[in-house]
Parts: sequence; C-alpha cells; structure tokens
Amino acid sequence: MEVIGKSVIRKEALDKVTGRAKYTHDHQTVPMLSGKMVISPYGHAKIVSIDTAEAGKVAGVRAILAGEHYYPLTGEAIRDRPPIAVDKVRYHGEPVALVVADTPVQAKAAADLIKVQYELLPVVNSPTQAFQKNAPLVHERLGEYKKESDSQPVPGTNIATHIKIRKGNLEKGWAEAATVVEASFSFAPSDHAAMETRCATAEILPDGNILIMTSSQAPFMVKRLIADYFGEDMGKVIVRTPLVGGAYGGKAPVQLEVLAYLGSKAVGGKPVKVLNTREEDILTSPCHIGLDATVKLGTDRSGKIKAAEIRYLWDGGAYSDKAIDITRSGATDCTGPYNIENVWCDSYCMYTNHPYAAPFRGFSHSELSFAIERTMDLLAKKLNIDPLELRYINAIKPGDTTPTRVLLNKSNVGNLQKCIEKVRGLIKWDEGPVKVVNDRFIRVKGVSCSWKTSTIDTDAPSGVILTFNRDGSINLMSGIVEIGTGTKTILAQILAERLQMDVDNIHVRMEVDTQTTPEHWKTVASRGTFMGGRAVLKAADDVINQLKEVAACVLRAPKEDLEIGGSRVFLRDDPSLGLHFKEIGYGYKYPNGNTVGAQIIGRGSYILRHLTPLDPETGEGRPGPEWTVAAYGVEVEFDKRDYTYRLVKAATVVDIGRVMNEKAARGQVMGAMSMGLAFAGRETFYFDELGRVLNPQLRTYRPLRYGENPEYLVGFVETPQIDGPYGARGVGEHGLMGMPGALGNALSVAAGVSLHHLPLIPELIWKAKEANK
Amino acid sequence: MKSHTITLTINGESHIVTVRSADTLLYIVRGRLGLTGAKPGCLNGDCGACTVNVDGWPMKSCLMLAVEAAGKEVTTIEGLKETPIQMAFVENFAFQCGYCTPGFIMNCHSLIEQHPDADDQTIKEWLESNICRCTGYIEIEKAVKSVLKRGAHLKAPME
Ligand code: FES
Ligand code: FES
Repeated sequence: MEVIGKSVIRKEALDKVTGRAKYTHDHQTVPMLSGKMVISPYGHAKIVSIDTAEAGKVAGVRAILAGEHYYPLTGEAIRDRPPIAVDKVRYHGEPVALVVADTPVQAKAAADLIKVQYELLPVVNSPTQAFQKNAPLVHERLGEYKKESDSQPVPGTNIATHIKIRKGNLEKGWAEAATVVEASFSFAPSDHAAMETRCATAEILPDGNILIMTSSQAPFMVKRLIADYFGEDMGKVIVRTPLVGGAYGGKAPVQLEVLAYLGSKAVGGKPVKVLNTREEDILTSPCHIGLDATVKLGTDRSGKIKAAEIRYLWDGGAYSDKAIDITRSGATDCTGPYNIENVWCDSYCMYTNHPYAAPFRGFSHSELSFAIERTMDLLAKKLNIDPLELRYINAIKPGDTTPTRVLLNKSNVGNLQKCIEKVRGLIKWDEGPVKVVNDRFIRVKGVSCSWKTSTIDTDAPSGVILTFNRDGSINLMSGIVEIGTGTKTILAQILAERLQMDVDNIHVRMEVDTQTTPEHWKTVASRGTFMGGRAVLKAADDVINQLKEVAACVLRAPKEDLEIGGSRVFLRDDPSLGLHFKEIGYGYKYPNGNTVGAQIIGRGSYILRHLTPLDPETGEGRPGPEWTVAAYGVEVEFDKRDYTYRLVKAATVVDIGRVMNEKAARGQVMGAMSMGLAFAGRETFYFDELGRVLNPQLRTYRPLRYGENPEYLVGFVETPQIDGPYGARGVGEHGLMGMPGALGNALSVAAGVSLHHLPLIPELIWKAKEANK
Repeated sequence: MKSHTITLTINGESHIVTVRSADTLLYIVRGRLGLTGAKPGCLNGDCGACTVNVDGWPMKSCLMLAVEAAGKEVTTIEGLKETPIQMAFVENFAFQCGYCTPGFIMNCHSLIEQHPDADDQTIKEWLESNICRCTGYIEIEKAVKSVLKRGAHLKAPME
C-alpha cells in the first residue's frame, strides 16, 4: 500500500463544501451573552476618564468592564499587557472597556455610549524612532514586569529584548572581503487577514470548570495561561477548538479568550462570546510584524561571502507577546541560507505604539529574507556576477555551521543548490532576466532563496491517541488544530502507511478539546507533520504490538512471525491465516464466549530532542531541529510609463524532504506564495502621526483577489530528513518566505532603481525613481 | 426598534420569523435559522464569505436586510446537494481552511447557472468579489472551469 505522497482528499472536505463545517462563531448556545469591546482611537494616550453611565442604562446590558490594576498582566515572554488598558493606551485598537449584554445589538449600542476622555501622548511610530535615546517610552515600568528568563528587556528604553549573534571573527572577515555592500530596508506592520475573524467564548460552571471555545492555533496554551493568569486549576480549564478559518500565525497568541473569561466572570459565569469585527481583527488583535533592517555583506574576489553584520529592529508594537520569539528566530537564521563564517547580528524587539505582533507565516523569515535577498542582489551587481550564481556558490551545505553554530549534516538541512538549479529551469533564468515586450512593457525576473528552522520551546510536546472501533476502523486524536493546512489528513496517511491499511478506515477527530485530546504544543511553525507524525508512528507501533499480542495468542504463533496489512494481522509465510482488525480490535472472542485482549488504545508522544536556548552573549545554541531550504523566482510585466506591473509567474522550489500529499503540498506552497506576493506587493498598515491605522478594512487593506494571482510554478526536492516521518520536512510557510525578496529584486531591475521598502506599490517605485534623479 | 414578522423562503422551505428592521439576512439565517454555512468576514461587502443566492443571483447576505428577502427564493450552501461545483471544489483542492468556501461555491454556482459558457473575463468579474486567503486561486479556477466545461460538453450534442 502506498498512501504517502498520494493526494488523499482531506478528511473534512465534504463538511467544508456543504456548509456543515463548524467554526467557533458557528457554535451558538442559548443563552449566549455578547461581549463588545470599546477600543482606543489613538496610538498613545492617557485615559483621563471613562463614563459608562449612559451605556449602563441600555436594556440587556449585564456588565461593563474597564481596565483594573488587579487584573493580571498578560503576555508570553514578558507579562506586559493588561487585558483591558489601564491608565493609558499604547496602540490604536487596544481594548479600553468591555460591555457584556444579552445580544450583539445591545452590546454594540451600549459600547457606543461609553465616553472615554484621552490625553494624547507622544507617539513612537517606528522601531527606528523607538531605538533613539530620547524616544518616548512605551512602557515606563519595563523593569518591573514578570518575564521568562531568556527575555532581555532593557528598562528605561523601548528595547523588549536584544538577541546577539557573535560567530567567528568579524575583523578577519572584513579583512578578507574585497567587495562590501551595506543597505537598509524597512516596512511597516501589516495583517494576516484570515477570513475568519478571531472569536472566543467562555463559561464558568458552578463546579469551577471553565469552558472556553476559541479560534486558536494554541488551545493548550490558552489552558495553561488562563490557569496561570487567574490561579485556576489547569485541569478545570477546558478549551475546545473546532475548525479554524485561516490562521497563518495570527491565532497563536492568547487574547480574546482572556476577555471572554473576564466577561463571563462578571456575569456570574454565564457564557459570553467575544467576536472580532473585521476592523477589530485588524486593529485590536495582533498583527504581522514590521522591520527596519541594516545589512552589510562582504565577499572575496570569487564572490564567497566572508562577513555579515546585521541589525534588525523589529516592530514588536505596544506589547512584546510573541515578538520576542520572532526577534530570536530572526537572529537564529539572520544571514539567510548562506554559509558565512563571520557573523555579527543584533536583533532587537522594539516597543512602538503600533498594534502588537503575532507570528506570521514564516516567523521572521519572510521579513529578514527581503533585507538579505535584496542585499544579495546589490552584491551580485557590484561583483558583476549572476545573482543566482552568487546564491549558488554561497549556498549553505552539510558541513557548514549556522549563525548559532549548529553543525549541519545531510539530514538536518535540505539541498539548496538543487533547489536553485531546479528554479533556474522552472523560470527559464538562462533566457535572461529582462525581456522587452514593446517600448512600454518589459518582463523581468527576480530570484531569491530562504531557509528556516522552527524555533519552538525546547520541551514542546505532541501526542496522539488511537482507539479502535468494533468494525476494525481506527479513530485518530491529535491536538493539532485543523487551520487549513490539512495536517490531520496527513497524520491519517502516515498511520495508514504504517499499518498498511486503507486511509478511509481511519477517522480523524477534527475538533481539539484539551480535556480529551493529547496535547500538541501549538499548531505553528510547520511542525505539525513532523511532531504529530512522529507521535502517530509511535502510537501505530503501540497498536501493532497490541494487535500482534492478541493475534499471537489466537493464532498460536510467535509475534515475530506476524505481519500487518489490509486491516489484518496474518502469518508472514501464510497470509491466508490471520485475523481482521474487527476480530481483535476489541479483544478476540472465542466461540465459547471467552475473550482475550480488550479494546486496543494506542498512544504516542514526541518531544523534539537536543534543543537548547541561545547563549545570551554569543547566540550559540540549537534552537530548532532542521532547516528547510527553498529557492524562488518571480516574473513581472512592468509598465515603464506608470510603474504599474502585473504578476506573471511565481516559482518556488522547496526541499520538502518527502512529499506526503502531492496536491495538499502544492496547495500550501501556492497559497503561501499568494500571501507572500500580497505582503510584498501591496499589504501594509498606513499610520498617521497619531499612530492610527488608516486602512483597517478589506477594501483599503487588500489581499490578492481572483485573477490577480500569477501562474504558479512549484517544484520539490526530496532530501529526506532522517528523523522526520517518512523523511518529511515542514512546508507550510516556505512558499511565502522568498516572495518579497524575489519581487523586490525583479522590480528593482525593471525600474532601474534599488527598492528598499515594502509594499512594492507603483507610488513607492515612483518615489525611489524621483529620489534617484 | 420596529420589528416585522415575515416569511422567508430558504432552501425551498418557508420560515416565519420576527426580525428587526436593521437585521441583515446573514444575521437571521445564521442566528435564527441555524444555517451557519454563510460566514461573516467583514459585514460590509468586501469579502464575499456571506454570499447566498437570491432568486438565482449571488447576494452578499451581509448587505441585504432580512425584510428585503421576504418573498424571494433564498438558497444557502446548505441548500446545495452534491452539485458538480461542490464536488469540483473537493477534487481540485479548491479550499484549505474552508471559511471562504460556502461563499465561493454559492457565487460559482450562480455563475454557472447564469453564464454556463462564461469566458475568463466573466469568471474573473464574478469571482473577484470574494476573498480566499488560503489558496492561490488557481485551484478555484480549475474547479469552476471543470464544471463550466462539463456543462459545455453536455450541451454540445444538442447543438
Ligand atoms: S461578510 Fe458579507 S461580504 Fe464580507
Ligand atoms: S480556504 Fe481559507 S480563506 Fe479560502
């Protein structure tokens, strides 16, 4: 049986085309009260007063909550965020009050009547500004916050953390460098814009059980944090997550759950739902991080990179939450996928008065890749080397070390040179980067590369439980959230492959329930297939062992002589002698009624091995298990008259280790490319001087639409990762990561001017041209 | 706030409901009738996740008041039963998270009915009113074209 690699239809497919698929907001119980936020209209302001008198008179209003000093501060790496603002607001969209009422209409009517008086404070509107010595402080009491030991805030500044990479000898590196380029890049925060806006409900039962439902990538983190913030028993916090309507990292932080919990508590435990409007989803909930970067690279005469000096100022926004980890991840892979012996990187997480950052597909890598890959093209130009060739000769390989000094081998890094060669063919690079269509239009190609390891907690677990049904079919339960990536179907494929059975006889539980589903740390970082897959394999082996035990007894044969296949256990030398799973999945019943064995329940769990935190002074450490590599190309048709352009082709070749589900993998890569091109080409928050986001709607914040997409070219290289299930590597993010760099490179060539900012809109190109005149 | 008792015909069944003047069709089909296939994504016409079919045409149900739907034939995703477009979405992997899918399918379904021989430009004009954040749209294009082609193929012998 060959299930791996097949385009198995996702298990929840039918539900999704018939409207039966249920997301958090689709679960409606009666009664269910409605929580409505009042949000800050300013980026930075003192709250002078909050008047709720009128609002309280609205029929159906049950409670109005404002910020309180006794509410715990929340946050993951640093506890710096009040769930509802106290004393001052630090970003446009920050919750200032929460109304709980019988219906959404009443809650909204009341929220609109709450009068908040603000006194404006000076706004920190970029990470570079935040870094200035005299910048206004976003957090005056940074030194007093509770924090994790590897967060390194600098009190008295806006630095939430500072990660250092000190590898090799920079002086020596520069001495060997004949050609040096240095350049700066920047872009503002933007948004995930998942089609399902975030939603959470909470109910507190008389026995103290807390029932939460949430559209989250991290239900187990919700459980942990609610218990931790409010001193609840962890076992009493029961978090359910049904299908999630797109996440891309944005639903990894814990936010609305806390508000729903507080709301429920304020009304005696009744169920309360908090649902973001689109505007709140963009403003209030965490966004896609921005970056100001400076990159300096030097090569010897042959084009080998000898030294890199990099500074990343991440726009973590008003609260550090996951931005600290993003900052660390950005340092970990700071150079892009190139072998450089001498590296110095300072990666700072900066507080600003912008919406705070969540992980975004690629977790710092699409962002840093833009800076690195644009610099690589500048370097190629200066060296007069073909840009793809420059990447090829510097490509990271087994035997090289990463910036955090992990020694790479044939398993823990993919084959980048192969990816580059394949992309070269896919985009017909050798025909040349520029083709003149007529005197107005030209077609131009740009290339880029990326790599990524997944920096997750060193003790992050993933578990799987398998139970048998009486008909011999199997139920698969995993804590992975189905956010659209199809990972749970892939887990079923892995199980089917291992048990050599029909994947249709494996039933996957889509909903996660932290009380009955084994934990999967968080559904992030393209780790689902790897970790969940390993857990499945372990559970499968457990099941095989139990099946064989019962069968050995019934068939009177040693276990070693038994094989598994086609939902049967049989004798190796005589497959006709055997037992179907349905005869032994619940124990074997002899004709006289005696039964041996019992329901078979398989278990498997997995934790990534040998991970270590980074050394605070040198950055040395092993933050992730393996590096997936990829190469990219983008072709645009550029209008020389008005600097508009059309996306013609986008290509990604990723070393995926092993293709588990062909169509699903291609879908992941194409979808990621689409998102990457939108990020690169048009998506950004436009801030005014008060730190207000001027475009919090899908008509002013514009993802790609049907027909705006390019033709996609997807290629795979398969260098197995020995530890991965069937050799697979993570792939959910990689299609995105190289798009900003490749598009930036193509347009820089097309426009004849070096582009250093995102999004790459015609106006930006025009400005760069004007500045260059 | 004024309320009205109206009869809504949804998926061939009539329902008597009392609604506020300002209640949208989306709010009522989801909250009152439990038909949660139509999704809220923006509530102002930008995303298409709430698309239903009204008298044969696609309609963003967040932009239509429930009272306006009285006397009209409304079809939601729950009213489609094994239509070719639903199957084509499955076969072509035309969704990932699935949140945009009911809206897209309702729009495609109406398109196929109104323009069985739609060309690329027509398809684009219709489908650009919906956003899918997960796929690269190629899969949706393949799905809708596979059904349009099948339709053309079925019609061919009669010509
Ligand atoms: S919810 Fe109706 S168009 Fe977005
Ligand atoms: S499938 Fe997720 S938005 Fe379309």
